[in-house]
Amino acid sequence: MPRIIKNRQIVEDDWQVLALAAGETPDTVPLPAAPVLLPLSVWQARRDEIIARAAPLGVWLDSHEGPEALAGDIDRFTVIGVNFPKFTDGRSYSSARLLRERYGYGGEIRALGDVLQDQLFYMQRCGIDAYALRADKDMEKALAGLSVFSEAYQAAVDQPQPLFQRRPVQEPT
Amino acid sequence: MYRYDKTDQQIINERVTQYRDQISRHLAGELTTDELRPLRLQNGLYIQRHGPMLRIAIPYGMLAAAQLRKLAEISRRYDRAVGHFTTRQNMQLNWPQFEETPAILAELASVQMHAVQTSGNCVRNITSDHFAGIAPDELTDPRPYCELLRQWSTFHPEFAFLPRKFKIAVNAAAVDRAVIRAHDIGLDLVLDDDGEIGFRVFVGGGLGRTPILGKVVREFLPRRHLLSYLDAILRLYNRYGRRDNMYKARIKILVQALGIEEFSRQVEAEWSQLKDGPTTVPDAEFARLAGHFNPPAWETLPAEDPLHAARIRTDRAFAHWVRRCVHAHKTPGYAAVTLSLKAPGVAPGDISDAQMRAVADLAERFSFGEVRVSHEQNLVLADVRQRDLHELWQIARSHRLTTANIGLLTDMICCPGGDLCALANARSTPIAEAVHQKFDDLDYLHDIGDISLNISGCMNSCGHHHVANIGILGVDKNDEEWYQITIGGQQGNAAAIGKVIGPSFYAQEVPSVIEALIAVYLENRTDSERFIDTLQRIGIDPFKARAYAGRDRRRTAKVDSREKEVVNA
Repeated sequence: MPRIIKNRQIVEDDWQVLALAAGETPDTVPLPAAPVLLPLSVWQARRDEIIARAAPLGVWLDSHEGPEALAGDIDRFTVIGVNFPKFTDGRSYSSARLLRERYGYGGEIRALGDVLQDQLFYMQRCGIDAYALRADKDMEKALAGLSVFSEAYQAAVDQPQPLFQRRPVQEPT
Repeated sequence: MYRYDKTDQQIINERVTQYRDQISRHLAGELTTDELRPLRLQNGLYIQRHGPMLRIAIPYGMLAAAQLRKLAEISRRYDRAVGHFTTRQNMQLNWPQFEETPAILAELASVQMHAVQTSGNCVRNITSDHFAGIAPDELTDPRPYCELLRQWSTFHPEFAFLPRKFKIAVNAAAVDRAVIRAHDIGLDLVLDDDGEIGFRVFVGGGLGRTPILGKVVREFLPRRHLLSYLDAILRLYNRYGRRDNMYKARIKILVQALGIEEFSRQVEAEWSQLKDGPTTVPDAEFARLAGHFNPPAWETLPAEDPLHAARIRTDRAFAHWVRRCVHAHKTPGYAAVTLSLKAPGVAPGDISDAQMRAVADLAERFSFGEVRVSHEQNLVLADVRQRDLHELWQIARSHRLTTANIGLLTDMICCPGGDLCALANARSTPIAEAVHQKFDDLDYLHDIGDISLNISGCMNSCGHHHVANIGILGVDKNDEEWYQITIGGQQGNAAAIGKVIGPSFYAQEVPSVIEALIAVYLENRTDSERFIDTLQRIGIDPFKARAYAGRDRRRTAKVDSREKEVVNA
């Protein structure tokens, strides 16, 4: 079974990710058996049909797709994927924060795509808690990416108080 | 200046560990060249024409003497005993060894320095007024706000992979010395009608291939909301800035596409969700930060030191230097000193390790141990007693740091250009040197008076040529170096983008073209006019006509279509 990093551990995982191939359309693409992360377009086109399957729901947002599109249904999803088509495309960091901080999403947010060790720390801070590491990378080694820094300046999902609200009183070094 | 506490130090130490691991994984083949590239850029490491270049952060230009000594030591041990100051108040080392860069970062961390986010598509070094804290025309010290922004922008988890680089500058003075409208975000400290401190926020400025001055996105932002408001702007930019075309990826293009009113509306909508959240900055934090910038122990002195006045009368060379390199200080009896890094025969902004040590000594002896880097690529000692100026001048002169040309034609802002930079279309420092040779008479330079001449080796505009009275841009035409000239740009409150005077020139023509432009000014000026004033009064045409008079235009051509902005190498 494929493995992912989830809650800072390597776990087996049976969620599939559906991506539309050339020529496939959201209206007609066959739905794989659950559990599956569906493209936003498929969710939007066939919402009622998908809900009727009475299986755990998953959807994934590409980097240009905002979480606004899921606002009304957010609590239906067990897993929401956020895609990084390239690791230098930073849009999904904002998507993840919005899912957590604006839409109050409490389920799993999974990083998909070009997911690499050196971005895991930022992803974690933005509320992503599961990582489908790029297949050619060593998952055991990548775990170290989650604990590169022991402290951070900004407020974010993992630490809602910025450092200036928490900074211990100390003499400058 | 700001001194790290244990947490600040720990974060920077962990950054060194992270970078060392990244380099070793790269050398072990676990991290490809393409995967390493954005990571090393966010640690200031470029791969240039002759090898790596390391850009070291100097937050808002503030350096302690011990830090400057460390830079001297690093430049000697790991480089060729020379450093180069940049227009973002940073220092570049042009000849480090790739494998030694982790060791350099560790050395820097030992004196509370780093190279964090000096490149890459992220928030870059925050820049500000090199006279911060001592300028007579200042509303309040901008540096606590700069430090707040340094911390906020350091490893911001949401904004590490923006569409493009992002530059922020802060001004708090009546005269803007930080070119804030040439920045992605420019912050102007102001008071509202109730006396509350806040910011006029400009957005969408930038130089590069599409020079645009920033527009006001908010007239008044109370200071406690600074971070949430910037989060809102950056979030909009991160989500909606163009990523399909790197030449159109800066925030200025997004602002232009939406229009400032619509952009502002969207920022306000996003901000309304973030405002008054945990990122609201309490007064206690402003007070903590301000405490790091408490004034040094200035003595109570007479406004005019009689001995200093007498020396000005009797020593002509000293008087010349004072006129150009000594600046007003808000405290009686004190002055700020610019140490010119624009001596003839030296690339603008370059400094040797011996000079770095000399400046560190001068700072400790005469200026409370602090040095500032100006965006014009000079050094400033901000707190010198008038009575010490003569002695300081004598010592600095022995280190070739007293060229009396600040604000004059040869105080050129100039990028490293094609000699070193992989992005450049043309060399820039030989042009600067040619200007030095053509205008080698200091009396003549003083007669010409205040003028700015900036040189960039390519469209990236690191040399700020767009905002110079005379701007020179290197262009590549059929593998030949040509130079396009703009006039009428300026920085400051009346910031303006210069206009191209016509077809470009080849290198040998440039000094005489500048001479022609100067001649038109000298012939037309009134007693009180600077170059820019005369130009604005009589218009560009007389300058244009003289620049091209008698030149064989068959040798020129339109700017080559291949000439383009290039992103980080």
